[in-house]
Amino acid sequence: MNSVAQPAPSLARRRSVPLSLGITTGYLSVIVLIPLAALLLRSTEGGAGTFWDAVKDPQAVAALRLTFLVSLVVVLINAVAGTVIAWVLVRDQFRGKSFVNAIIDLPFALPTIVAGLTLLALYGPKSPIGVNVAYTVAALVLALLFVTLPFVVRTVQPVLLELDRDMEEAAQSLGATSFQTFRRVVFPNLFPAILSGTALGFARSLGEFGSVVLISGNQPFKTEVASVYIFGQIESDNVTGAAAVSVVLLGASLVVLLAIGGIRRWATRHDG
Amino acid sequence: MARYALRFTALGYLAALLIVPVGLVARRAFADGIDGFWTAITTPEALHALWLTIVIALIAVPMNTVFGVFCALAIVRRRFPGHGLVNSIVDLPLALSPVVVGLALVLVYGRTGWWGSWLNEQGIQVIFALPGMVLATIFVSLPFVVREVVPVLREIGDEQEEAASTLGAGPWRTFWRVTLPAIRWGVAYGVVLTTARALGEFGAVSVVSGRIAGRTETMTLHVEERFQSFDLTGAYASSVVLALLAVGTLLAMTLLRREES
Repeated sequence: MNSVAQPAPSLARRRSVPLSLGITTGYLSVIVLIPLAALLLRSTEGGAGTFWDAVKDPQAVAALRLTFLVSLVVVLINAVAGTVIAWVLVRDQFRGKSFVNAIIDLPFALPTIVAGLTLLALYGPKSPIGVNVAYTVAALVLALLFVTLPFVVRTVQPVLLELDRDMEEAAQSLGATSFQTFRRVVFPNLFPAILSGTALGFARSLGEFGSVVLISGNQPFKTEVASVYIFGQIESDNVTGAAAVSVVLLGASLVVLLAIGGIRRWATRHDG
Repeated sequence: MARYALRFTALGYLAALLIVPVGLVARRAFADGIDGFWTAITTPEALHALWLTIVIALIAVPMNTVFGVFCALAIVRRRFPGHGLVNSIVDLPLALSPVVVGLALVLVYGRTGWWGSWLNEQGIQVIFALPGMVLATIFVSLPFVVREVVPVLREIGDEQEEAASTLGAGPWRTFWRVTLPAIRWGVAYGVVLTTARALGEFGAVSVVSGRIAGRTETMTLHVEERFQSFDLTGAYASSVVLALLAVGTLLAMTLLRREES
């Protein structure tokens, strides 16, 4: 009976394209794993003490703290703005909606350096509307909001499209206000999607470089984020310092990716 | 009432963050008229940067496409130890800082890197040259084809492949005749995303290229270099070229989404 439920491994192997596993592991090793291994080994070359000294460098600590704080602020704004935009794109009808829907992906398609330059044109020293936030933390927030815009919108949108409207109608016919309906019926359904979109945006914010490099001014202790700090250390030949802070960012990325995996598993379990 | 409030909040947010800034750059690129724009994008450095960007994409995108299809097949159709690990490693480039990617490559292929002195003896230069820039671009644009093809492969299931196999088709024949036609829109969508990422990469390429104008400068690096040299028209003009490529990407994405559904 077992053989019916599970195809014999020999058949499965015969059917799939040969070498797919070998090519996958070989390519991933050469492109991703070997460079990251070199990074890990380099950062700990002088022992754990050197690694910690490099991470505890006051300028590095300031850059890391700023990166995490700003990313946190950005994803909180994103969670709200992204959900509102997804809601408007799914439930509202207006002229030009398909255009708006298409440009949500613009921050993904537009090179990050162009994104930074673009924001600097409107919110920099030559701002035609008189708003100059260049070289401040506010500029950092703007740049990160720009590049992370699609994440929450694009994770929430499909869930909202699939959402059964009967539940909302039932809630309203039982006398719930529209805010109560949203909070009790819609929001719990959207929550896993908002959370995983937010986590993706957070990971992206932690490592962002191109869009912040022109607009933030890169002043140590003030507007210098971790990726800009790493870049500066590479330029001034402090490779060990750059590698140590890189490993911290790498660790944070791994944690966020694992969290996203966890959120997805949790969401599918609650789907059934 | 609430509906309009939400609509204006969403559209106002998008206007302030996206539409107005991008429009402004387009206007400023033409501040010196069409001639000024044309002169700025046809300087030898700008043309070389455009050429180099295209060459890098022409190498990186096909490599990641072939890998992406194989990798998606391995993830969906094969059971093997470390399955979850492969899945996570594929996502890593999405979450990793491009500067970290660049540094990691320098530590392997650079002058003092693992393979640096050996490569040097063979007369092969990777860092501050084209191979390093290609490797960096491959790294950052690696996940897209895999991520688009995996759900499609799951959805189509393997019944047709099994049928083809039962009827005597070999694995390659099954792949070309059954699997590939079924996943073609997913592959196409992934290729569009990979291309966009490859054309727009900045941080990783910036670290490994050495940014030598006219030699290892891509379009994005050229934008930064023009900006730092106070040539705003030049920076805006090259930005508009990149923005047009981005708009092309959006159009392709919209068309493919329509085709898929």
